[in-house]
Amino acid sequence: MSASSPTKSMTIGESGLSLTFAVTAFLCVFAAAKALDTAFAFHASLAAAASAASVFFILNRYFERGELPPQEINGRPNYNLGPIKFSSFMAMFWGIAGFAVGLIIASQLAWPALNFDLPWTSFGRLRPLHTSAVIFAFGGNVLLATSFYVVQRTCRVRLAGDLAPWFVVIGYNFFILIAGTGYLLGVTEGKEYAEPEWYSDLWLTIVWVVYLLVFLVTVIKRKEPHIFVANWFYLAFIVTIAVLHLGNNPALPVSFFGSKSYIAWGGVQDAMFQWWYGHNAVGFFLTAGFLAIMYYFIPKRAERPVYSYRLSIIHFWALIFLYIWAGPHHLHYTALPDWTQTLGMTFSIMLWMPSWGGMINGLMTLSGAWDKLRTDPVLRMLVVSVAFYGMSTFEGPMMSIKVVNSLSHYTDWTIGHVHSGALGWVGFVSFGALYCLVPWIWNRKGLYSLKLVNWHFWTATLGIVLYISAMWVSGILQGLMWRSYTALGFLEYSFIETVEAMHPFYIIRAAGGALFLIGSLIMAYNLWMTVRVGEEEVQSPVALQPAE
Amino acid sequence: MSFWQRHQVFEKNSIILVIGILLVIAIGGLVEITPLFYLKSTIEAVDGIRPYTPLELAGRNIYVREGCYLCHSQMVRPLRDEVERYGHFSLAAESMYDHPFQWGSKRTGPDLARVGNKYSDDWHVTHLTNPRAIVPQSIMPGYPFLKETELNADNVADHLKTLRAVGVPYTDDQIANAAADLKAQVDPDGAGAEALTKRYPKAVVRNFDGKAGAPTEMDALVAYLQMLGTLVDFKIYNEKANLR
Repeated sequence: MSASSPTKSMTIGESGLSLTFAVTAFLCVFAAAKALDTAFAFHASLAAAASAASVFFILNRYFERGELPPQEINGRPNYNLGPIKFSSFMAMFWGIAGFAVGLIIASQLAWPALNFDLPWTSFGRLRPLHTSAVIFAFGGNVLLATSFYVVQRTCRVRLAGDLAPWFVVIGYNFFILIAGTGYLLGVTEGKEYAEPEWYSDLWLTIVWVVYLLVFLVTVIKRKEPHIFVANWFYLAFIVTIAVLHLGNNPALPVSFFGSKSYIAWGGVQDAMFQWWYGHNAVGFFLTAGFLAIMYYFIPKRAERPVYSYRLSIIHFWALIFLYIWAGPHHLHYTALPDWTQTLGMTFSIMLWMPSWGGMINGLMTLSGAWDKLRTDPVLRMLVVSVAFYGMSTFEGPMMSIKVVNSLSHYTDWTIGHVHSGALGWVGFVSFGALYCLVPWIWNRKGLYSLKLVNWHFWTATLGIVLYISAMWVSGILQGLMWRSYTALGFLEYSFIETVEAMHPFYIIRAAGGALFLIGSLIMAYNLWMTVRVGEEEVQSPVALQPAE
Repeated sequence: MSFWQRHQVFEKNSIILVIGILLVIAIGGLVEITPLFYLKSTIEAVDGIRPYTPLELAGRNIYVREGCYLCHSQMVRPLRDEVERYGHFSLAAESMYDHPFQWGSKRTGPDLARVGNKYSDDWHVTHLTNPRAIVPQSIMPGYPFLKETELNADNVADHLKTLRAVGVPYTDDQIANAAADLKAQVDPDGAGAEALTKRYPKAVVRNFDGKAGAPTEMDALVAYLQMLGTLVDFKIYNEKANLR
């Protein structure tokens, strides 16, 4: 017991949350007892255990703590780093898990025996595990960690809330746990990238609202007159993901004690809602959020201001306005009405402009600092990520053109396109940000080894190149084979012949994925050693500079 | 005041910034989605479309559960090669009772929108159990556990009721007889078969997995696959009436 002052009393958050979790624990035990299926019983038990643990930790923390941590120490903001450390660690953990599952399912496509003919190891259940683990678990934790760091630094205040930031990061990771174990048990809504069932969706909604509040209140109490540009992008990401999540997921459970639900939308409307959501999960989760990272970490690492403030204003509004229209390009030539398809294609092509505006803004920030690319592999990673962003935001509009799409759709070309964005852009910008962030929040002078960063960079880059070129070839090859005719006017290839032709490319793709995974293991080792044996930074006595 | 100075209202006021974001992102979605709910041309008027039988629905839920949609589309595009390979292009009406839709986005395997009646039940059972027993080059996972697992039929009627609440026109009669209909569809000699086909026109009553006894998950999945794309009779379908 540390020196607790006699006047100490519980905050509203502490008493309210512990009471809520206590009630939740009982409700979950009840739900587990009444459960109609084993998956629901398992999840209700997990939730009961987590709620009980939360009550214990909140009370334990209360008895252990003295006064609440001060907002400022010696006139300098007392930044809240705990939740950021937690999210950074989880990002690395989920990243490796997600890349590994990706490698497994890539290998299953080359060697189907690896499905083992068991329900929980088959491709159909592992694929959502892979996509959710890399997008929402890895990407999501990177966004949580960086957004909580950036918003504090650029507003020069401590993060809002005492327990709330912890509720967000732990609650979000609990959502991932429920969703991921659910996939393995066959619990799914059957909508791509929105597979979690109704109760996980409800939980995520609560967590997300608290996330928005923590972020927004921190911005509101800022000590800087302007809201820094990265925070606009974070806000757009948080707000829009909330709207998309609510729009795409309204489902009616068959029973409140079972996992199965039916989505409110049906057929063509469900398809449109799904890809309005799906494409903007790309647009706002994987783009707006990570552009915020670009706008903070590249200037910071290059020690140069953002290239053009005006360009960033145009970039911001144009990007969020145009992105939301692009969904129908996933539904070209389907039973979706033609007018919707045409709108989707038109806006997707226009989207090229703000995307490249953002890319230029990021790259030109290096004006006068290009020489740093030779010496700083972390900056190189960040810059290459922006180059990949430029490449895939050119490829995307091109693939949204209907005639191109008639060839590329349903083939591996789409998979290759997604991965040039996901591995090259989202992956590299996240790695770069974590390489910056970990020494900062653990108060280290620098990384354990820049040489290892270099190794990571080249292994991963080689992996990406193998991956995307294999998918270009296999995608275009399969698309052409499907529509190929003999001189007599018959279809030239049976479907299975086109599957057989994919085999070598699936092996190359898996090899690329393996290299990318090896790179991330090198990174995890490097970050671990940075925290464990890195030299501590001595705090300078002068006040901190503003982050811009 | 220049445009750039006016923009400072967003840079200095977080609530106005949030409202601005909400307005800007609302437009595209509203324009593209809302008309789909009231424009009559969105979904064609077609004879033959009916809600799934309880057994087909259970099969469809297994299809969703196993993530079949991640490798198989159910959407034939109006392109020459697709129409020749798979059959008539898909109509919006054909998936109007699908919650969720299963159009898919990838064809690692072939499109399944019109797979119904293309192969025998036996073919499906063998293929689902071990795809390489029939197609040596196939990369599909095997699902041998389906025919060993008895179909969970505890609350079939609740499934129909839930679907009715989200807009699928199940009748009181269909809901009241859901549990009986589920068993009747695998028992061609039973008493319930005739009533089932009256409630669900064109429903096929067969012992799909070839095993006696209670329906298995294999029965349900094959029943679903065998009805896919068979409800509309394209010999009498008038395309001109539904130009989209």
